[in-house]
Amino acid sequence: MSKYSVINTHVHNVDGIAKVTGRATYTFDVKLPGMLYGKILRSPHPHAKILNIDYSSALELPGVIGVVTGKDTLGVKQGIWRRFQDLCDEQILPVDKVRYIGEPVAAVAAVSEEIAEQALDLIDVQYEVLPAVYEPLDAIKKEAPELHAGFERNINVTRHIEWGNVEEAFEEAEYVREDWFKCGGQAHMCMETRAAVSSYTPDGKLTVYHSSQSPYYMQGLLAGVLGLKEGNIRVISHYVGGGFGGKFELDGAIFCSAVLSMKLHRPVKIVFTREEDFIATKRRTPMSYYVRTGVKKDGTFCAREAKVFTNGGAYTGMGATALYLTGFFHSFPYRWKGYRYDGYRVYTNTLPSTSMRGFGAPQAMWCSEQQIEWITADLGLDPIEMRRKNAHYPGYEVPGQATIASCGIDQCFDVVQKWVKEKGKLPGNRAVGISAAGFMSGGIFNWFDTPYSFSSAVVTINYDGTVELYVGAQDIGQGSNTTLAIICAEALGVRVEDIKVHSGDTEHCPADLGAWGSRQTLMAGNAVKMAAEDAKKQLLEVAYAQSGFNIVYDLDIKNRWVHAIARPERGYDYAELVKKAIRGKDGQRIIGRGHYTPHGKGMISPAYSYMLQAVEVDIDKETGKIKLVDSLTAHDCGQPINRLGLIGQLEGAFSMAAGYGYLEYMPYEDGKLMNPNLVDYKVMRATEMPDVPVAEIDTYEPEGPYGAKEAGEGLTNPTAAAIGNAIFHALGVQMKECPIRPEMIVDALKEKEEKERK
Amino acid sequence: MEKQLLKLVVNGQEYVLYISPKSLLVEVIRDHIGLTGTKRGCDTVSCGACTVMIDDMAVKSCSILAVQAEGRHITTVEGLEKNGKLAPIQKAFLDHGSYQCGFCTAGMLISCEAFLKENFTPTKEGIREGIEGNICRCTGYNSIVRAVEAVAKGDYREEGT
Repeated sequence: MSKYSVINTHVHNVDGIAKVTGRATYTFDVKLPGMLYGKILRSPHPHAKILNIDYSSALELPGVIGVVTGKDTLGVKQGIWRRFQDLCDEQILPVDKVRYIGEPVAAVAAVSEEIAEQALDLIDVQYEVLPAVYEPLDAIKKEAPELHAGFERNINVTRHIEWGNVEEAFEEAEYVREDWFKCGGQAHMCMETRAAVSSYTPDGKLTVYHSSQSPYYMQGLLAGVLGLKEGNIRVISHYVGGGFGGKFELDGAIFCSAVLSMKLHRPVKIVFTREEDFIATKRRTPMSYYVRTGVKKDGTFCAREAKVFTNGGAYTGMGATALYLTGFFHSFPYRWKGYRYDGYRVYTNTLPSTSMRGFGAPQAMWCSEQQIEWITADLGLDPIEMRRKNAHYPGYEVPGQATIASCGIDQCFDVVQKWVKEKGKLPGNRAVGISAAGFMSGGIFNWFDTPYSFSSAVVTINYDGTVELYVGAQDIGQGSNTTLAIICAEALGVRVEDIKVHSGDTEHCPADLGAWGSRQTLMAGNAVKMAAEDAKKQLLEVAYAQSGFNIVYDLDIKNRWVHAIARPERGYDYAELVKKAIRGKDGQRIIGRGHYTPHGKGMISPAYSYMLQAVEVDIDKETGKIKLVDSLTAHDCGQPINRLGLIGQLEGAFSMAAGYGYLEYMPYEDGKLMNPNLVDYKVMRATEMPDVPVAEIDTYEPEGPYGAKEAGEGLTNPTAAAIGNAIFHALGVQMKECPIRPEMIVDALKEKEEKERK
Repeated sequence: MEKQLLKLVVNGQEYVLYISPKSLLVEVIRDHIGLTGTKRGCDTVSCGACTVMIDDMAVKSCSILAVQAEGRHITTVEGLEKNGKLAPIQKAFLDHGSYQCGFCTAGMLISCEAFLKENFTPTKEGIREGIEGNICRCTGYNSIVRAVEAVAKGDYREEGT
């Protein structure tokens, strides 16, 4: 029997009823009395000076209430890396210059969306068009146009990671291979587009409903750009229609609606169209990767060197973090005697790039795991055994970067090896590709410069035993409210249905960095566990006081039953104890508090998940069309907490990661995205998904609540490379650019045939 | 264009509306009637978030004018529940975790419901084709397929009618 009564049991999502009955109210659905509708005028130019904006005709259109431009703002250059002034480079309504097609230039508020849209045509903007540059390798040239003053060769950020003696380690190698790879961008494509409703009132307070991954970040960032106190801004994000890394920076919807509301003293709602969401938010960072790897003939890894140029687009966003993480996870999950990474994030006149599920690691693994596969082929080694031989293990220290406490990658190899063997030889153009990966459980870095704990929670127990759990963690669909309710119920000794989770409101919830970097299960989970244990301790003090037991006996509450651990059959109802405890505290509700900030856990993260994925692919040689047939993922996320949520995270990550591998293409021409709609931009549909079973590997992470670590994001990392490796085994061609489009396969086959003919 | 009177039956309730004849059905359901369970996720009839049933057929409500639905029975997500009891497909979604952010869920539930009205013993592939018009960015669809299979198998009883 499990030692847990709630953890890893079948639990419905705590927001489930609201979501399956249509009761859940998203920012998209919010309607306030007197509310106006905003629309944003966007730059048609990739790079231009704004000379003049004349909106007098727009104001004459009946129904138009007001217009704002950069001149109505404080002109603050903001960024989420707010500790580093030079990386705060984005004015969401720029004052003098636009740097990508789609960048906001002005915003209109009117009594209807239709009128606001008409008014955009009446705004006359005079531009001085500047030369533009779109690719990082062009933008670093001496003669390239300058995007931001003071950034030589448009280099926005550089990152260097190194350990060991790289040159010596390469000398030890008996085989060295180098390759250039290209990794595409990807749209977050949340089903709910960016949306905000801002309401500024005469008392100087601003309330904002926002489709957000981190209400606390929004509060902090808005305070900075609007000149308000953080405490005078309330951000509400009760239900969020997806995030995936794209909704924790200021966006045009939240900023423009706030500026309009402050000018007009009316609530203003802005919802992006799908096209706006494609062209004017941010995207997964496109990267050009050079990888040089040296190994011994027996497959022992010696050294790796990587150079990466990322297409940063017009502004920094979360791209600086992605630049670091791609370099770090490019080493995963292997031990390198010498490792060196140099990353360059380059400004271009395109849509800014930022974090997206996997945070630089899917790109890193696309290159690393394919090159490793080719090395095994070159040397005639077994792909699984070579990976296993060089893999991380519990207790391994990534030099100067991280200490690995729990690591189940070795067991992952066993599970996948068996599955691949059972498949045997596959017919036709079918083959299995494998790919390994690891990921962090929350970031340790504090570029936001928060003075608060990274995660906080408050638990309040009512007289009838029901529990209010207040968290700053944000549920964006990944099910964090449910996971945290499970942890709370387990720690307190009650059931999930006793817990009411309060989240997504800065006014009532404690500060928390929010939903990004796979941080909430571990960090918010620890905070919740601490808060629940604090509350429980207050209850047990009363229980001890009246138990009459010998002092050596330990008391506990489990499944609403207060008892001595040694004599579980003798006990009484938890609700009874709550009543006594509240009476004993002069009628005060029981309140427990918890918090978590990582200390002494290295540079990156307190804990790491591990996984190995196998994907079976069938390719039509004539058309190059890829079909995913089957898959298996062996996965170490420590102790699973939310069983149903975990399966959902795995399956969802697979669909997004496979989309990155072979469907989701973002072609730009002269800075213009050519497919900003869901007809031409392909995401996975139900008919394209294979079965994606998961084998959970049993490990225990000492830093995680009940031994848990991240589960939702890391699984985005291996899939694209696994598809690439399957294609390699099926057809003998090496795909160096993702997403893999059918024409690339046809071309590669043609090239291969020509080579063979010679 | 001049506004006109329109009678619509939504979830068994008759509404008399005074609207522009160029209003889309989704706009009327959301903005005029105020049933906001139905969502919009695109402008190109691609995503299915706005799917409703007209009589027993799943229709993307951004693809037709409200006036085209006059005299027909429209069912939205709010109409699946009867007297506070969830429909089998809603219960199956809860049990199988067939939603995450929930933004596609209204349309997805309706597509599944309409599919099940016509397909009593569906195959997995059949279910996948049945919901191909609905994008879900979160779940990867497989949990939705499992929910539909479970309902077709009779795992859930109709209540509340």
